[in-house]
This record gives sequence, structure tokens and C-alpha cells, in this order.
Amino acid sequence: MEKKNREGSVIFSPYIKGESIIKAVSLKREDILFELRESKLKGRGGAGFPTATKWTLVAAASAEEKYVVCNADEGEPGTFKDRVLLLEYPELVFDGMVIAGYVIGAKLGIVYLRGEYEYMLKSLEDYLETMRKENLLGKNICGKVDFNFDIKIRLGSGAYVCGEETALIESLEGNRGEARNRPPYPVNTGFMGKPTTVNNVETFASVAHIVIKGGSWYCKHGTDKSTGSKLFSVSGDCDKPGVYELPWGTKISELLKLVEAKDTKAVQVGGASGICIPKSQFERIFGYEDAATGGSIMIFNESRNMLHVLKNFMEFFVEESCGQCTPCRIGNVKLLEGVEMLERHEYTFGYINKLKELGKTMQLSSKCGLGQSSPNAFLSILENFKEEIFNNGGNNGK
Amino acid sequence: MLVLEKNAMTEEIELLVKEHGNSRSALLPILQDIQRKHKHVPDFAQQEIARLLDIHPVEVYSVISFYAFLNTNPKGRNIVRLCQTITCDIAGKASVAKAIERELGIKFGETTKDNKITLEYVNCLGMCDQGPALLVNERVFPKVSTEKAVQILNAIK
Repeated sequence: MEKKNREGSVIFSPYIKGESIIKAVSLKREDILFELRESKLKGRGGAGFPTATKWTLVAAASAEEKYVVCNADEGEPGTFKDRVLLLEYPELVFDGMVIAGYVIGAKLGIVYLRGEYEYMLKSLEDYLETMRKENLLGKNICGKVDFNFDIKIRLGSGAYVCGEETALIESLEGNRGEARNRPPYPVNTGFMGKPTTVNNVETFASVAHIVIKGGSWYCKHGTDKSTGSKLFSVSGDCDKPGVYELPWGTKISELLKLVEAKDTKAVQVGGASGICIPKSQFERIFGYEDAATGGSIMIFNESRNMLHVLKNFMEFFVEESCGQCTPCRIGNVKLLEGVEMLERHEYTFGYINKLKELGKTMQLSSKCGLGQSSPNAFLSILENFKEEIFNNGGNNGK
Repeated sequence: MLVLEKNAMTEEIELLVKEHGNSRSALLPILQDIQRKHKHVPDFAQQEIARLLDIHPVEVYSVISFYAFLNTNPKGRNIVRLCQTITCDIAGKASVAKAIERELGIKFGETTKDNKITLEYVNCLGMCDQGPALLVNERVFPKVSTEKAVQILNAIK
């Protein structure tokens, strides 16, 4: 799909480069925070923390230096919306970052771009250079005296866990990307121990539109609990994969129709760390109140073996667990072994039930989001596809 | 490593430290630049980086060992990575993998004898709508068929 064909009510709606910065610097910081609070915008990485609250906390923290960090470490399997935003709509992302800098009083913004996206680096650097020339970055931005802000890009090096905000900050500081204990949160002790706001690429893009059109306009889209719209990265068994902007509250079945998916058996919502939804639940809606997602939608048709899918996810987590906390380091290995037992038909229900309990323990006791969410696929696939997995008469090959 | 090579490496790292600064947070960008050029971070480079950033060499090693795209053992001049995540998998990853292995005469995780290509698997490249995806050094190739994969490999050779 090309940019000119993209349609959407919020993010893909028309926008002129820099317009939100020009408007923002004419407003008071509190007014921008007010609009954000009105909009009820929640973090688009998937965790759904209210953006206005995060920014208010950082803005209120007293420190010499503060930082804006854009989390472009898009590593969740099945997610590629940030790729589209950064390549086709860099104006939204960078303008959003500048506004964040203005609101919280930061001088530096850092984009943490995943190593796999190194091919974008040159074009993004060039884009930042044009922004500097147009006074959208640099000193006294858009004529606002004493508003100085610049953005630099840092590359990741192929670690999924660095998408977790404290691991990302560790990585920026030159350490192993291991998640920190929280509290303290990055809003107080972030990059270099200074107050830092870490937001998703899509969150910044949404902010740029909210500043122009207002919080109440944004609220008109979506549902009560999930306002606005969401970018969905759709892949798998469908005729029209790609990035779609849809309002929150869209039914799974509506999305499947839109992307022309046929014979759909299951939809994995939220990537490898998300949940697997069977046909019987396709009337559920996307939203923080029901099927929450950072945007990854993977579609599987009737021909797919769900145990094979699950094995792929578990292999992913075994590889990507950073290894610092025991539930995640050992737990994922055990779950993968369990899947392999199921494949070979060498399991007992007693042991599989123990593994389910282990999965629940991991959700409670892992240190960061990786281990807390990695059992989701295991638990939901075993629950929703038990007929297929346990009663297929030994045909669990590929 | 010859003395001459060591000197050249030291010089290179000094330049990188000048560019990125000598704070700990400069460690990753420095390592990435060395990796990009030499396809690995040699022992000697690790020691020199540690000296110039004033940290223990073990700290440098520990960071390298954490990240999938950094390594201490030499690799081929080009690194070819095939996405192994589920959507690329169902789009035909396995047949592309076999074709590549056949063509190069090596398995995943190995390097060709002429040291030209190292073959690896990688997790989601963010090209799920256009799988299977192949990453050659930093360049991404979408919708790779067996035939296209071989063409891409031949272009490297």
C-alpha cells in the first residue's frame, strides 16, 4: 500500500509539516497538557499508560536536564506500523517529539531506532537536517525565545527486550538492555538519572494531531475507555496485509472483512506476547477494555497448525529473554519443552496443567513485561485450541 | 593481530571516541561502528575501547554478548539474515532457507569458506506484510522467493 492510498480519521488525516509545533509554541504548556488530558490518549506501545499523566509527571519534576525518548524499537512479531510512520510520516513523529520537549522542558530528544531498521537512518537524519534548517529544531524554535530542542537518533542492536522502557534506557546508557526495578520510574529517574518521558512512535504522531485539532475532537473517535484510533499492522493469511488506521472499538470480524481474510481460524492480537483469539470470539472489539494491542494482528487460516504457531512464539521468547530474572529465563524454556512434548505426543495432562500454572506464575513474578506477557500465547492457544492440540490423533507434524 | 593492525585499530577507536564522546553512553555507538566495519569486535578493540572509556574490558564484553547484532568472533564480510518469525514462516521461509543453504553449501549459523557470507536467522524484521524477508547487512529485501533469494546472494558474490 502506498501513502496516497492510506486513509484514516486521525493519524492518516491531512497534516502539514511543522503546523503543530507552530501552534504549540503559541500556547502555554498547561494548555497543551489540558488538551492531552481531554483526549485521554493512552500509550500506543501497548501498555496504555495515559500520556498526559506521564508528561505531567516529567514536567513537574525539577531537574536541570530532562529527556524525550521515542521508542522506535519495534520488535514485537507482527508489528510494522512504526516502519510506515517513520518512512512515510516522519513529520508527525518528530513534531510530536518537539511538542513533548516543549511541554516537559527538555532540550534533547532521542529516537531509539531498532538495529533492524538501520536502512532508515540516512533518510531520517536527512529529514532532521531539513527541520533544523526550517527552525523546527535547534535554537529558539519557531521564534519561541529560549525554546531549544534537538533530536538525535540512536540505533539498537537486535534485542527485543530493549522495547521495554527501562531496558531501553539502560541500552542508551551503554549497558546491557536489562530492565530495571520500578519504582523509581523513568519519569523521575530515567536517562542518565534524569526525568525522562519514553513514548511510542505512534503516541507522538497522535499528539501532533491532538495539538492541532483538540482533545475533544480526538475523543469523538473510538470508545469511552479507548479514545481515538489505532494503527493496526495486519499480516498473515489475508489478501490485503498492511497498516490500517481504525477507530478503537472496531470488531475483529470487521477488520478481517476489510483485509479480505478467508477461512480464518485464529487471530493473534498483540503479537507473540498477545493473546490468540478463536473464531467463536471474533465479535470482540479492539480496545484497552477488551482485546488490547500495540497493533500487531496476525491472521491464521484453517490450514495452519496452532501448535506450530505456538512453538514459533516460544522459541522467540527463549531467544529474547534477557536472562536476568528466573521466572522468564527458565519458565520460557520449560514452556517450549512442553510444546515440544505436545508435538511428540509425549505429555501427560498433569504435566501440562503444571505448565499452565507455571505460566501464571511467570505473569505474576517476572521482572518486566517480557516475562509477564510471554505465557499469554501458551495459555490462550492451549485453552482456545485444545480440540486441535489434544485430539488430532497424532497428526501434530507440520 | 600485528602491531601495525593494532595501531590502526587504536587510531580508529580514538577517532570514534572523539566523535561519540568518552562517556559510557557512547559505548554502543562505538561498538556498532566497529562491528559495521570489521563484522566483529576483536579482543584488542574491546580492550582499547575499555581503556578510552575508562571502564573494565569485561564491561565491554558483557555488552557485546548481550546484543544479537554484536559479536566477538569474526564473521563473513556480508551477513545474510532470514526472518524466522511466524508470518514469514507461513509465507514460505522454510523453502527459502533450504534454497539458500543449498546455494551457499552452508547451514544457518555458518560462514562460507571464502569468508564472504555468514548466514543467520533473525527475529521479526518488521516486514510481516511482505514476507519472507531477508536482511543483507543493513538492507531489507521483502517478498523473497527462492529464485529471488539466489539472485540476491549472487549479487553479493
